[in-house]
Amino acid sequence: MNKIALLGGIYSNYRALEAALADAHGRGADAIYCLGDLGAFGPYPDRVYPLLRAANVQCIQGNYDNSLAEGLADCQCGYTDPRDNYFARLSYSYTFRNTSDENKAWLRTLLGTRRFTLGNRRVLLCHGSPRKMNEFLWESTSPDCFLEYLLNLAQADIVCVTHTGIKWHRSLSGNRHFVNVGVLGRPENDGSTNVWYTLLSADSGAVQVEFLPVAYDYEALAADMRQEHLPEEFIETILTGWWTTCLEILPHKERARGRF
Amino acid sequence: MTQHPTIELKHLDNLWFQVTGTLCNIACAHCFNNSGPNVKTFGFLTIERVREELEVAARLGVKEVAFTGGEPFLHPQLLEMLELSLTYAPTTVLTNGTLLSDRVADRLAEIERNARCSLEIRISLDGYTEEMNDAIRGPGVFRKALAATRRLSERGLLPLITIVRTWGDDEEFPTLAGFVRVLQQAGYSRPRIKVLPSLPLGRELIRTRQQDESTLTEEMLEGFDRDLLMCSNSRIVTDRGVWVCPLLVEMPDARRGATLREAASGYELHHHACTACYHYGTICSNVSAQIEGIGLAERKP
Repeated sequence: MNKIALLGGIYSNYRALEAALADAHGRGADAIYCLGDLGAFGPYPDRVYPLLRAANVQCIQGNYDNSLAEGLADCQCGYTDPRDNYFARLSYSYTFRNTSDENKAWLRTLLGTRRFTLGNRRVLLCHGSPRKMNEFLWESTSPDCFLEYLLNLAQADIVCVTHTGIKWHRSLSGNRHFVNVGVLGRPENDGSTNVWYTLLSADSGAVQVEFLPVAYDYEALAADMRQEHLPEEFIETILTGWWTTCLEILPHKERARGRF
Repeated sequence: MTQHPTIELKHLDNLWFQVTGTLCNIACAHCFNNSGPNVKTFGFLTIERVREELEVAARLGVKEVAFTGGEPFLHPQLLEMLELSLTYAPTTVLTNGTLLSDRVADRLAEIERNARCSLEIRISLDGYTEEMNDAIRGPGVFRKALAATRRLSERGLLPLITIVRTWGDDEEFPTLAGFVRVLQQAGYSRPRIKVLPSLPLGRELIRTRQQDESTLTEEMLEGFDRDLLMCSNSRIVTDRGVWVCPLLVEMPDARRGATLREAASGYELHHHACTACYHYGTICSNVSAQIEGIGLAERKP
């Protein structure tokens, strides 16, 4: 195995998942991993599970999955802004109601991390960070010295995370790498409607990180969301590529790039 | 006697600089470290000292840096320090906003543009009318702080407006809506807001005539994510040594050593203010930085 596809949060966007899986197969990925947060935000949460199983996607647990599996009251994103909280609760309660008991039980069996070797590089996959499932690692607030610390802590050469919703890659000392693989669930606050996943390869030590845009039928997803009476604010994000909610978690640089 | 928990420094996530000591150009009624004009309990840090400690912190793998005071913009080299700090880590400056002239705003925008890490500028407000705010922060402060938010916003900077909560739960939405409206009218089109709890320290103790002297016990920390307590992830550098956290700088026993290298020892949480950190967790960090964590015990399949 030397080329793998890494999917970030799916957030119930089964249409983007279908497109990403087809793309990854077309590019000859040896294996496909999902870094957690299968549900949230989008419509019909149960629709992603059969797609993941059919494509033999290896999943780890995200904070949303952890909440659903344990029957918790919220998604553990830690919002304090009342508007963000209002939308987060709406989304969580919809996803909780529409995820089958069988799928919740399956989420409970997922591990929080996964380790393997790619080429001769030690890889660690986790959802937020190697120390907390729900720690946000943004490009503009993850300095090199801190990432080196996390790589040492994780005893890995390549650490891959998701959770924030925006992709980035940092090359560090000793051919080590830190990658946020982005998400399939919603566009990354840049005014484009496509979403992203990541191809990682390590041929005899040379590490390659490739971010791949996924075009999908976002208008059909918006129609699904309307059918399910999900908030117009969420639909606007899918149709425009700009985040309208859960904005308080964004650091200055990432927030300033967006519209809201 | 009550047994108080001792918290070790697990990792230095947050490095603070009390860059202007307790010197401030205003004297807020709720100031937790009694800063004000002519208050010289703590003095200024030199840029050399800041540089030395940044080097040490970087080797420890620091995640974020913050500059506080007093009022940081009273330091003649603050802008240089922010620029320097941003070469190491994301950096936050906590200000009352009264000294942010057009020239300073221009420089801040330039510094932010050239940095890979985020620069956060936190401006304190305590009311969305001049009367409400200036009753706590002093005459003229409201207008100056609002003008600063406009200047920054015009230059593409989005300051984080920090507000100490002085209202009841049922007033949450109307109060925050009031702040948003006033900030937008002042020219800050998409305001970012962080609400802080009031702290049982300094002038606030006198202002609110608090009697409660409860402290933390081991039992209270059972099942609690100790990583939320600042003493587990922070240190603050002052001109008189390094303290366990920004809240306890006036407590002599909370001093950990002369320099950051000597300041890693654990701290017994016997102060009343430690309960504020326990109850509110995110007091000093930026909005996104610290939340109750989900541990990652690696289970073998």
